[in-house]
Amino acid sequence: MKSQTPFAAFSANTVNSPPDAPLLSVEGLQTVFTLADGRDAAAVSDLSLSLRRGETLGLVGESGCGKSVTALSILRLVMPPGRITAGRIVFDGRDLLTLDEPALRKIRGRRIGFVFQEPMVALNPVYTIGRQIAETVAVHGLARGAAAKARAVEWLEAARVPEPARRAREYPHQLSGGLRQRAMIALALCANPALLIADEPTTALDVTVQAEILDLLRDLRASLGLALLLITHDLGVVAEMADRVAVMYGGRIVEDGPVSAVFHSPAHPYTRGLLACLPDATRGHRLVAIGGTVPSLGHFPPGCAFAPRCGDRLEECSVAPPGITALSGDSGTGRTVRCYLHQPSSGGGA
Amino acid sequence: MTPLLAVSHLVRDFKRGGWLRGGGTVRAVDDVSFDVRQGETFGLVGESGCGKTTTGRCILRLIEPTSGQVVFRGTDLATLNARNLRRARRDLQIVFQDPYSSLNPRMRVGAIVEEPLIIHRIGTRDERKARAAELFGLVGLDPAHAGRFPHEFSGGQRQRIGLARALALNPSLVIADEPVSALDVSVQAQVVNLLQDLQTRLGLTYLFIAHDLRLVRQVCDRVAVMYRGRIVEMAPAEALFGAPAHPYTRALLSAVPRVSPEDRTVRVVFDHEAFRPLALREVATDHLAAVE
Repeated sequence: MKSQTPFAAFSANTVNSPPDAPLLSVEGLQTVFTLADGRDAAAVSDLSLSLRRGETLGLVGESGCGKSVTALSILRLVMPPGRITAGRIVFDGRDLLTLDEPALRKIRGRRIGFVFQEPMVALNPVYTIGRQIAETVAVHGLARGAAAKARAVEWLEAARVPEPARRAREYPHQLSGGLRQRAMIALALCANPALLIADEPTTALDVTVQAEILDLLRDLRASLGLALLLITHDLGVVAEMADRVAVMYGGRIVEDGPVSAVFHSPAHPYTRGLLACLPDATRGHRLVAIGGTVPSLGHFPPGCAFAPRCGDRLEECSVAPPGITALSGDSGTGRTVRCYLHQPSSGGGA
Repeated sequence: MTPLLAVSHLVRDFKRGGWLRGGGTVRAVDDVSFDVRQGETFGLVGESGCGKTTTGRCILRLIEPTSGQVVFRGTDLATLNARNLRRARRDLQIVFQDPYSSLNPRMRVGAIVEEPLIIHRIGTRDERKARAAELFGLVGLDPAHAGRFPHEFSGGQRQRIGLARALALNPSLVIADEPVSALDVSVQAQVVNLLQDLQTRLGLTYLFIAHDLRLVRQVCDRVAVMYRGRIVEMAPAEALFGAPAHPYTRALLSAVPRVSPEDRTVRVVFDHEAFRPLALREVATDHLAAVE
């Protein structure tokens, strides 16, 4: 990457909180949606996570597990019939749940950038991508007029968009899926945020394009000192990108820890099942399938949401959701799991 | 041994869309030839737009080929009239990617599974009902649910319904076009296992069209890699994944994110500009690649 990349224009990410405090800390988040039949259902329950500066957390799960709602909650973008009903979201020393909309707008896009799966939806189809980036730069008071336009081209170049000056004058529909996602990344980073939330940023892309986008995110993360909350259903993407992983199921984080430890010795039966059912490249070998289906919102079972599909189910699993247990031992450092098998009282060991 | 399906020199051109773009044609499938042998799973892989889906549909003539031959059990499907084509299609079925749009939302699932039997005028009403119940059991669904509508089922269950419909006429070849890519990871394995069980039980042959290389490696005996409408490499799965010969195949394989660090490979980047459509040649026994 060239030295006159746009981030040279900024001093390092300025943060207010002390250096050892997490950049983002979510505690006890609950986000509830009112369903068509009038019932309330929690899409996210008692969710806690933290992210340090420069760290990447992979939030993984299947459709409907609440991972995208978690991202929207952190950005305070949950729209009715959804609402946040409990918890704290402390970003750089401030609880986002206590801020009003004008204050949030100074954080969204400026301090927390975001990239979604569908760049075609997130980008405005009637403006050129250069204008959209320049406008974002201007809104956040970083540059104006011609300088903002120049900044937009620089960011497109940083996102490795070929011929950035020409592409800046094009509309989203004129770009391929991969280029659109690069433009989206340029847009997300152009205000030099400290945290980037990327929700399935490569899911709609072909595998070779995905690899390029992941490389780009990795490089930008390093050069900008970004913290990255990477939301995906692909365990391979997590393994390649993240320092820590949080596995979600039925609106809760069921397991959390360093990627290598969790993938090497998964503690929760769901994590174990998810890893076991991946194709393992042995022709003819049967995959180890998890029976049943992923529960949808409004149909999360009482107790542990995974209980109906779990081979290790205990009696208490269907009664009330298990609490969070910190794992002990060498392989347990920095790991938590939400499973009765690992609670000291039930004698499940671990 | 004569192959069950022999595709040779298949070509399909599409008119470039929209009056603004000023016409012209795009060759979506460009001189594609391959054989599918009785009882095997043949994988057709590539990225979006490579022509793999169009190839699958040209075989069934859901899309008419521009030129080329599709010989199935000794008959060239490309030359059949509508009536004989319908007859031939009994033996040649397809499972689509999207279990949400490929089932008629207004039909009960029992009727969806029975429909091929009605179209081909097979059996009495009671016999068809019994056959539908049998098919439900075969794909792991409760026959008692035949009166329900598609929206009452999950994605994985809908894919089972699509599979039951495809199997209604006892086909020998099933074209499975991205059969699990719309499903959750934990449900994909169930459907993949079902496909493999059915293959063993019914002696099915699969043409498996997919973009997920991990999955293709798991289920396919032989694999062809498509790029820009052409097959650039074709080999037994073990050889293709173990010793890829074409630079595009190498790039594709190296781009797959790996879960275990031991599996990681050095990334290979393919120079799309430098691509030249070369003829396939044998680089090892049964292993063809479009290389110099």
